[in-house]
Amino acid sequence: MSEYLLEMKGISKSFPGVQALDDVSLKLRAGTVHALMGENGAGKSTLMKCLFGVYKMDAGEVLYEGQPIHIANPFEALQKGIAMVHQELQPIPERSIAENIYCGRYPTKLGGIIVDHARMYQDTEALLRGLGLDFDPRAKLGALSVSQMQLVEIAKAVSANAKIVIMDEPTSSLTQNEVDVLFRIINNLRNQGCAIIYISHKMDEILRISNEVTIMRDGKYIGTWPAGELTNDLIITRMVGREITNLYPKKENVPGEVVLRVEHYTSIHSKSFRDVNFELRKGEILGVSGLVGAQRTELMEGIFGLRAITAGSVEYLGRPIRIIRPKDAINQGIALLTEDRRATGIFGVLSVSDNVSVASLSQYLKYHIMLDDKRISKLVRDNIDKLSIKTPSEKTPIKSLSGGNQQKVIISRWLANDPDVLIMDEPTRGIDVGAKYEIYCIIADLAKQGKSIIMISSEMPELIGMADRIMVMCDGRATGFVEGEDMNQEKIMELATRFES
Amino acid sequence: MQIDNNKLSGRRTGEFLLNNAVIIMMLVAAAAVSIMRPNFISQYNIKNLISNTSARFIIALGVSGCLITKGTDLSAGRLVGLAACLSATFMQRLDYTSKVYPDMGEPPIIWVFLGVVAVCMVFGLLNGLVVSKLNVPPFIATLGMQTIVYGICLVYTGAQPIGGLRKDYTNISSGSLFGFQFLPYLGIIALLLGLIMWFVYNKTPHGKHMYAIGGNENSAEVAGINTTATKIIIYTTAACLYGIAGFLYGAKSGGASVNLGMGYELEAIAGCTIGGVSTNGGVGRISGMLVGVLVFELLKIAMQFMGVPSDYTYIVQGLVIIMAVSLDIRKYVAKK
Repeated sequence: MSEYLLEMKGISKSFPGVQALDDVSLKLRAGTVHALMGENGAGKSTLMKCLFGVYKMDAGEVLYEGQPIHIANPFEALQKGIAMVHQELQPIPERSIAENIYCGRYPTKLGGIIVDHARMYQDTEALLRGLGLDFDPRAKLGALSVSQMQLVEIAKAVSANAKIVIMDEPTSSLTQNEVDVLFRIINNLRNQGCAIIYISHKMDEILRISNEVTIMRDGKYIGTWPAGELTNDLIITRMVGREITNLYPKKENVPGEVVLRVEHYTSIHSKSFRDVNFELRKGEILGVSGLVGAQRTELMEGIFGLRAITAGSVEYLGRPIRIIRPKDAINQGIALLTEDRRATGIFGVLSVSDNVSVASLSQYLKYHIMLDDKRISKLVRDNIDKLSIKTPSEKTPIKSLSGGNQQKVIISRWLANDPDVLIMDEPTRGIDVGAKYEIYCIIADLAKQGKSIIMISSEMPELIGMADRIMVMCDGRATGFVEGEDMNQEKIMELATRFES
Repeated sequence: MQIDNNKLSGRRTGEFLLNNAVIIMMLVAAAAVSIMRPNFISQYNIKNLISNTSARFIIALGVSGCLITKGTDLSAGRLVGLAACLSATFMQRLDYTSKVYPDMGEPPIIWVFLGVVAVCMVFGLLNGLVVSKLNVPPFIATLGMQTIVYGICLVYTGAQPIGGLRKDYTNISSGSLFGFQFLPYLGIIALLLGLIMWFVYNKTPHGKHMYAIGGNENSAEVAGINTTATKIIIYTTAACLYGIAGFLYGAKSGGASVNLGMGYELEAIAGCTIGGVSTNGGVGRISGMLVGVLVFELLKIAMQFMGVPSDYTYIVQGLVIIMAVSLDIRKYVAKK
């Protein structure tokens, strides 16, 4: 028996134009949690997809309990005892929780002809109870919240009786309580001798749960250290390859007169946002905080015309405006950077150039009907320079850029419209540390230029570091505003949990 | 790690061959036919190829917008048929004995043309409204429209073929510029329409919006694109092109019946797909469509020339369509 349960050696993988992995190693001991860290685009997910058989590696070998193995597809991986919780959920919302968990390996009877539903529901029930999850196995998966679905996804991986469980950003949409549940599950697995590969950007989680940490940068292996020897700063330095002295840029913006006044804003859905009032000043960064489910995104989408309201008004520079669809908001000079970049932000198959210009094409016409390619190209190049977007060319499809660079492209798209109000919903979600700082700089700079910014974020330090004022929401209502001295985690948490009794 | 450049370029060549396999295979087949039977490359065959391709290309231009936005338009063929029948009824010779409108004189061609195209555009507008306002999946919406249009055409013509067309009308399809066989009017019209559509797709906001909707409709909505209006314009433009194609088909066949245009939508979709319009949306070029349609017609003419019974050619055409789509899908799946 070898010292390691799994060894990956000299793994390389290239995509057209990108060397995603270059001679990467990973050594995994049984009964440990092994954190895999690196900026976005460092190759963590690619490495895991190579292990799980989703991608075929170009070079390198994998030893499992000392024996070389070859995994051609996810099915083989599962059979060999490797399970993966994917970064993006792959739920079948219209089917039951049990069917989702046993999808592809339903228990059968009568020699495999009929699915044994009774056993499937029983097993699921037992599995969920064992993990401390209180879901009905027969309920449709679609009835759960995103974070609950993620827990089901984790239960699915556990149910495979895997020896190795890969978790790719499992906590990205979990609430604090759910994270505690997850960590309990991870501890149980570890005690049973499983090895867990844990990918996350959240330092405190990593230091809390993991035994060893492997750090990658730009597709290369940087090193492996026992978690006890690491600190936040050390990890960041090794991930980024340089020291980060300031987490947030210096703010030089001066809030001026009121630009946007939202009053009694109420959704058509009784459980969504209701009776929300707030003001936004010129050159102000207004943070919006709240727990998952506080309806922050819904409120902003309501203001932007993506969701219908029953009551409420918006005043823009002192005069009432009517917003029914996004186009109306855009015409008024309001822009929305949506939360889910992939689903409602990027056009994956289209070029960087098209992605930047798509919302402002009408400003780039000659002879009234024809697009002025020269001016568009200048706009795109200016933005690539100004926001230092890393892309091989303006014609590169946006899907081949890293998350941070995609985000900068989307920000460019809105800046091209020269908006006065920029609503940014989780602008740094899934973006690595270095790129986060760049995004902060862009936000601070925009505020300094007199743009008004609404910034939703689930990361409190980020909000406290960036915002002039923070609106806290709980369960669809704005429960309070904090600024100056009051802007601390305790006060915000208190407001964020002020549920109606 | 050093990447073996030879291996890489070898792989690239392989990729290129696979991505264009259908086109390459058909060109090879056509070359083989012309080597075995040198008289395949005759003036007659080439003119035939150009005029067949031209008519189909116009229909393909229409369908392409629907395909790029992840939709489809199954009413294309029947609208072509309706346009042809409408045109024919207004374009009969004065001395023709069984005229549909015996008391009508000889209306100017341009008015008939505009009228026919306008009628088609009404149906396209309806398609667009049903797809974008009622959110009926395009496949179903246009399937319904296909049947409706066929019914209307049956009622209108009484299921009788319409003949005895005016010479100045049929000349549009049979004549050629300066009497030069390789410059038939039909080809010039198709090329012109192709250029216009190329301009629309590549040089106007509408075109960019169309690719954006195909790439990610949700993002398009958030970016402030009026997806409803864009789709309505796409389906209406498509019907406009079917109208033009139908008008020309009537002239080309020297008569029209309700069966004209049957299945043309499928050939147009096939041509687009062979030419690289992705069934996943957001991708497709006019030049590709032209090549796709051309190659498809070349295959048909070659088979016809080799004496393959027309019943068998359908089987081959079907296989080609499936192969083309499977190779297209492969481009997106294999990129993992």
